[in-house]
Amino acid sequence: MANKLLEVKNLKQYFGSSNNPIKAVDGISFDVYEGETLGLVGESGCGKSTTGRSIIRLYDITDGEILFKGQNIHAGKSRKELKQFNREMQMIFQDPYASLNPRMTAGEIIAEGFDIHGLYKNKQERRERIGELLEAVGLNREHANRYAHEFSGGQRQRIGIARALSLDPSFIIADEPISALDVSIQAQVVNLLKKLQKERNLTYLFIAHDLSMVKYISDRIAVMYRGKIVELGTSDEIYNHPIHPYTKSLLSAVPLPDPLTERKRQRIPYVHEDATEQMKVYEVLPNHFVYGSESQIKKWTK
Amino acid sequence: MMKKKLLEVNDLQINFKTYAGIVQAVRGVSFDLYEGETLAIVGESGSGKSVTSNAIMKLIPQPPGIYAGGEILFDGRDIVPLTEKEMSKVRGNEIAMIFQDPMTALNPTMRVGKQITEVILKHNKKVTSAEAKERAIKLLDLVGIPMPEKRFRQYPHEFSGGMRQRVVIAIALAADPKLLIADEPTTALDVTIQAQILELMKDIQKKRNTSIIFITHDLGVVANVADRVAVMYAGQIVEYGTVNDIFYNPRHPYTWGLLGSMPDLKNNEKEELRTIPGSPPDLIHPPKGDAFAARNEFALAIDYEKEPPMFKISDTHYAKTWLLHPDAPQIPIPDAIQKRIQGYLEEAENSGK
Repeated sequence: MANKLLEVKNLKQYFGSSNNPIKAVDGISFDVYEGETLGLVGESGCGKSTTGRSIIRLYDITDGEILFKGQNIHAGKSRKELKQFNREMQMIFQDPYASLNPRMTAGEIIAEGFDIHGLYKNKQERRERIGELLEAVGLNREHANRYAHEFSGGQRQRIGIARALSLDPSFIIADEPISALDVSIQAQVVNLLKKLQKERNLTYLFIAHDLSMVKYISDRIAVMYRGKIVELGTSDEIYNHPIHPYTKSLLSAVPLPDPLTERKRQRIPYVHEDATEQMKVYEVLPNHFVYGSESQIKKWTK
Repeated sequence: MMKKKLLEVNDLQINFKTYAGIVQAVRGVSFDLYEGETLAIVGESGSGKSVTSNAIMKLIPQPPGIYAGGEILFDGRDIVPLTEKEMSKVRGNEIAMIFQDPMTALNPTMRVGKQITEVILKHNKKVTSAEAKERAIKLLDLVGIPMPEKRFRQYPHEFSGGMRQRVVIAIALAADPKLLIADEPTTALDVTIQAQILELMKDIQKKRNTSIIFITHDLGVVANVADRVAVMYAGQIVEYGTVNDIFYNPRHPYTWGLLGSMPDLKNNEKEELRTIPGSPPDLIHPPKGDAFAARNEFALAIDYEKEPPMFKISDTHYAKTWLLHPDAPQIPIPDAIQKRIQGYLEEAENSGK
């Protein structure tokens, strides 16, 4: 098994007053291994985006521990250490229209990272680097002087990806990177992400609500529901042998481009039941984890 | 039994005047729709699918929009020349629309109940407000909203996204329309909610024999709801057929591209997704010949010269590509897609046994 790149331990992220907090993320633990893609799925409001944002330090976490390459990322850090951390971990955002500054050219957007970190010696080198990044994401060097509004949605998302790559990170959090795009463009971006992963040995946390794309791109999938990870396993396991009833319900709702199956589709509704016993994570099968009480797990695995 | 034809669109052309020039958003679209049937229109953004549906509702602002040609026969009557006053009797009453975003389609300052009774009272002058209220509550019940009496008095912000979309559907159904146009009604919703809304729409269709035009770019959704499918590209229908024709025997390279860009979950194939290279053409200056030629890996020389006609494949299935001309080279459906289709068909056969 590859090395653990990221370890999340009992992460809690609450919002609002401390008397009556909104528990967006309520005690989740998972590891991300080097070079893999971990898919994080769930409905809107389940805490998947919050998880991603907590990991990259956009929020101060309420409780728990996040270790990146063995170091606690939320522990007090000097400016220098922080800068180093920021180089290692980058994010790709959902909305390619809102996440690019309309007053900056594509080149400036991509170069902002290494301007801050002072990663080039002269203008020549900086221009060269921008050109390389643009080409890596399938755009032309000439695009560097254009503004965001001159690009289509798919091209903008490519600029967002080039920006995330600019500091040569090892870990990228992609928060719904394709849900705002057309189907054919989605495929282009997914292919690009896969290609870059292979070339640069990147590790992804891929957050999405579209289960079909997640299944396609991920090695392992974590299913979130109401701030908890209810099931975690390899993507084939989750897809072919789901155990938690919520995962089953979610999978039963994904439409496939196959009319004969679709006509017979039976959606499995999910009824949440609160267990009275102690809830915890069980390793039901090797590397396949399910959250529930002991009796629930027994019932589900029968 | 021959079903009654409810809607017939013939060679519809819609242009928009802009500073840059005239955008030919819809370039000769023809299709028909029978009673109780669902037609799905699929295509990328900018392919003209929403403009087509808005044109049927006559919601194209004029100017800048121009009905440049063609006719829209609803129940045998051409609605293109109708005045706004005449059209207001058709709109809502006979043809109703469900919009994409349930967050913005409702009036936030008005109780949900009032938004439904408003429609009922507007379209039927004989109904008293008490009757309208009773009907509205029945509609809320029909679209699966629990405790309709209580919900009737609430505001939209008190509803979740899925519940709001149900309200939007209830409003669309208020005047008992014959034709329902749903423009990406589930795109903004979660998959589980999407599945519920699709079930609801099919259920209502069965009960009321409503015809539905369903606009979406999600082929999974199309497979779920549609009886027939029209694939649109650059303001034209490029392939047209029953849902089985389109999914199991696609003939247009653009349809191949759309199908190929979805991951194949069932057969566990993890090959690279097929993509459609490039981007859709500029409709101010539509390209000569086949509009899809520049993005088509199977393009022939003639594609750059002459626009292909609709070729007939079967009584129900048509496609607009020169590849179907008897003199064209025989190009089979790309391997990956063929394999996938075979997998689906085999599974269907096995489960049928």
